[in-house]
Amino acid sequence: MARRYDSSTTTFSPEGRLHQVEYAIEAINNAGTCVGILAKDGIVMASEKRVTSGLLAPAKTSEKTYKLSQHSACNVAGLTADANILIDQARLRAGRYEYQYCEPIPIEQLVEHVCNYKQAYTQYGGLRPFGVAFLFAGYDEHYGFQLYQSDPSGNYSGWKATVIGANNQAGKSLLKNEYGSQEEDTEEGKDGGEEMKTGDADKKLILPDVQEALRLAVKVLNKTMDATATSPDKMELFSMTLDTNGNCKHTILSSDETKEVMDSVDAETAAAGDM
Amino acid sequence: SAMGVAGPNSDLVNFSEYISKNFALYQLSNDGIQLSTAAQANFCRNELAAALRKGPYQVNILLGGYDKKTSSGSLYWMDYLAALTKLKYGAQGYASNFCLSIMDRDYKEGLTQDEAVQIVEKCIQELKVRFLLNQSNFLIKVIDKDGVRVVKFGADPADN
Repeated sequence: MARRYDSSTTTFSPEGRLHQVEYAIEAINNAGTCVGILAKDGIVMASEKRVTSGLLAPAKTSEKTYKLSQHSACNVAGLTADANILIDQARLRAGRYEYQYCEPIPIEQLVEHVCNYKQAYTQYGGLRPFGVAFLFAGYDEHYGFQLYQSDPSGNYSGWKATVIGANNQAGKSLLKNEYGSQEEDTEEGKDGGEEMKTGDADKKLILPDVQEALRLAVKVLNKTMDATATSPDKMELFSMTLDTNGNCKHTILSSDETKEVMDSVDAETAAAGDM
Repeated sequence: SAMGVAGPNSDLVNFSEYISKNFALYQLSNDGIQLSTAAQANFCRNELAAALRKGPYQVNILLGGYDKKTSSGSLYWMDYLAALTKLKYGAQGYASNFCLSIMDRDYKEGLTQDEAVQIVEKCIQELKVRFLLNQSNFLIKVIDKDGVRVVKFGADPADN
């Protein structure tokens, strides 16, 4: 029955749904996983690289991580070709804002602009939606480091930690349990006060630092990817921090650095296993 | 922040209302975030520059504002050709011929608000003595952490 209302983005189904948009969101669940984690001194984004081959020419650009401006970057899950269009839009918007105000664009405005662009393809023109979900990471002076997720419908929300792409539910449940808990003992609860438990004023979420966040991201990817297949070339780790001048530093970890993080995660899980 | 604008009334009103409403729109659209004084000044200049080669706004501007983030005030000078500069003190119009010399002499770093107002009053006095036109009515405004307020009225209260 839904068949009749599937094909056009500009038609609601009798149940009040936009099937094309939902199908677009489904398409992303087959794409390489991306996990984003907000740390107290920066942001970490890790992604699973699907396209690996010995024959691939070493590219300067990644298929996953893109710099949008001096103080913002994004991770892509979904159709790379679609993503390129949106990334161009985002870069233009960030550049135009800076042209007008001589200041970096506040991150939420950038995200909203891209999302409004995506939304147009769910309402006008009879064109299909973009099959892309993004994780936006950025810094501005109003709200500091921020992490946003957006999907083909043009919806977006801010997160402390989230996962998109294949097996994102498994990743999210791992984050639910482990984000915010620290290794050192703190006065308050050992469980890290993780969930947004209502009315629990004592349990403040303790943000990890960038190194911990990197390890947590690797843990998440280990869970969402085939455990046997994880290797430094299949993972891309990205971090954004502030340097001493207050400018954003974008770093994609090298193969060796990635291996280091992966090794320390393996050591941690092994040690935990022993106890 | 506040803007002092000089020019023919048509452009003056049109431009300043356009700019101030744009700032209000920005706040509404962006969850109450306010543009910094520098961003406001650059936006203003950008508008002047865009119109310059089409139908210029014949306005000269002094834009002053206080930023909570840096806990400091700043002053920007803009002219109808879309030049922009940040200044410690400034003047537009014929006043500049008289007032800049006074400010050159009396300005120093770390002035208090009262000292600054005194310098402005000195400038006004100078104009009363030396300027060709007899302008008795001046309005002094101060912009600080508590916003914009009027400090002094001109010679004839009925005009204010």
